[in-house]
Amino acid sequence: MNLHRLSIAFLFLVTWLAVFAQTQFFGIRQWLGVPLALVPALVSYAALTHGIVITSAISILAGLWIDSLSASNLGVSVAPHFLLGFALQIRRHLILRDQRYAQFWIGFGAGVSVNLLVLLLLSAGSREPLSGWFTLWQIPMLGLLNGVACPAAFRLFDALERTFDYRPVFQSSFRSDRETVRGRHDRIH
Amino acid sequence: MLKRPHYLAIGGTALLLLALLNLPASVAERLKLVVSGSFLPLFGLRTAAHSFLDRASFQLLPRSVLIDELVRIRKENADLQITALQGAEALTENTRLRAALATSPRGPWNRRFARVIGRDSTTWWRTLRIDLGSRDGVQPNQVVMTAQGLVGRISQVGLTHSDVALVGDAECGVAVAVRETRDQGIIKPGQASSGEGGMVEMSLLQNSPEVMAGQTVVTSGLGGVFPAGIPVGLVQDSRVAEGGLFTTARLRLAVPLNRLDEVWVLQP
Repeated sequence: MNLHRLSIAFLFLVTWLAVFAQTQFFGIRQWLGVPLALVPALVSYAALTHGIVITSAISILAGLWIDSLSASNLGVSVAPHFLLGFALQIRRHLILRDQRYAQFWIGFGAGVSVNLLVLLLLSAGSREPLSGWFTLWQIPMLGLLNGVACPAAFRLFDALERTFDYRPVFQSSFRSDRETVRGRHDRIH
Repeated sequence: MLKRPHYLAIGGTALLLLALLNLPASVAERLKLVVSGSFLPLFGLRTAAHSFLDRASFQLLPRSVLIDELVRIRKENADLQITALQGAEALTENTRLRAALATSPRGPWNRRFARVIGRDSTTWWRTLRIDLGSRDGVQPNQVVMTAQGLVGRISQVGLTHSDVALVGDAECGVAVAVRETRDQGIIKPGQASSGEGGMVEMSLLQNSPEVMAGQTVVTSGLGGVFPAGIPVGLVQDSRVAEGGLFTTARLRLAVPLNRLDEVWVLQP
């Protein structure tokens, strides 16, 4: 398996674990008032570093996984994640994706926009989702979580590449068979 | 500039969404169970890790603490046995009176212990997942509770796990009554239900000025899902709704729903 395939497999694995993490960590949930929902940050990472096929696949699978562990209708979370991934993917040449602050704001925007879109879609359905004044706390908090997670995702996947990629070979101009020995009788080997 | 793969991605996703959102409810539910099945290894791993940590913490507890706990539980057990004796006497009397009035007798609550293994993956619903499924005899609409009071009802059942719609969720309307005044009402999801504060809103069916803070709210038994008498919460405050036709009250739930680890499922 080459590195590119490995990094794609790792991206899917991390997304799968991130969706599971959304249902766990009750203490953090109680403390922050929101689940540990980091998938928008991972979709942003996928959109900024991979092609449209991988971005779409991650968005669709993540949306389906999230809905399967929630009371939402199956498919509701797919559209917001896909729209986020698609929008970032087609504009990624304009984004300073290597800058940490840009990654933070992309993650923050992703967290806010995806959750607002999901809430909007759920509100259009037959069942009324739980929302109110507390939502004004929850949405920015989800944005903040993803803002922190997005640069972390870049670091994590960079570290993976460094670990599994071939190390670059540095060629020095020094050659022992061309060493100049200084002395009374200078000579070159 | 969009290229062919972009158009294909948009078209494919749109088709998939149309198909998913127009599936019949039963098919969508089954598909959901299939998709969530991919997380079964992780849920299994979580349960195993939990029980391992439990056992490890018991090993680390000093003997004196365990003995103290044993003495305390023995006392509590003796106390509960006396209360149960009193309850059994009252139950016999109740059954006799019901027979005299020709009403159906109240059956005992068969309960089954379950562990909470997960919560809803979003913030928009109030549900949790337990480690009992259809192979354990769990069926939709069975009541879930703790010793403190009502937790919710079973909303979806898989083979090894079930989802519980908690009190205050859109899927879990509860018919309730104020124990002190016998005023009837319903718990509905709404703004008071949002967040993790353990508050829900109750609408009483008529204007009830005597409902006030501190009174106990229990299930009324109407609606057929929840048996009567399960504590739901305490009234925090009440106000007369628009037009003065009915009263609404905010309840603090008897069970801290955001800190649940173990529950009981009532089975027929």
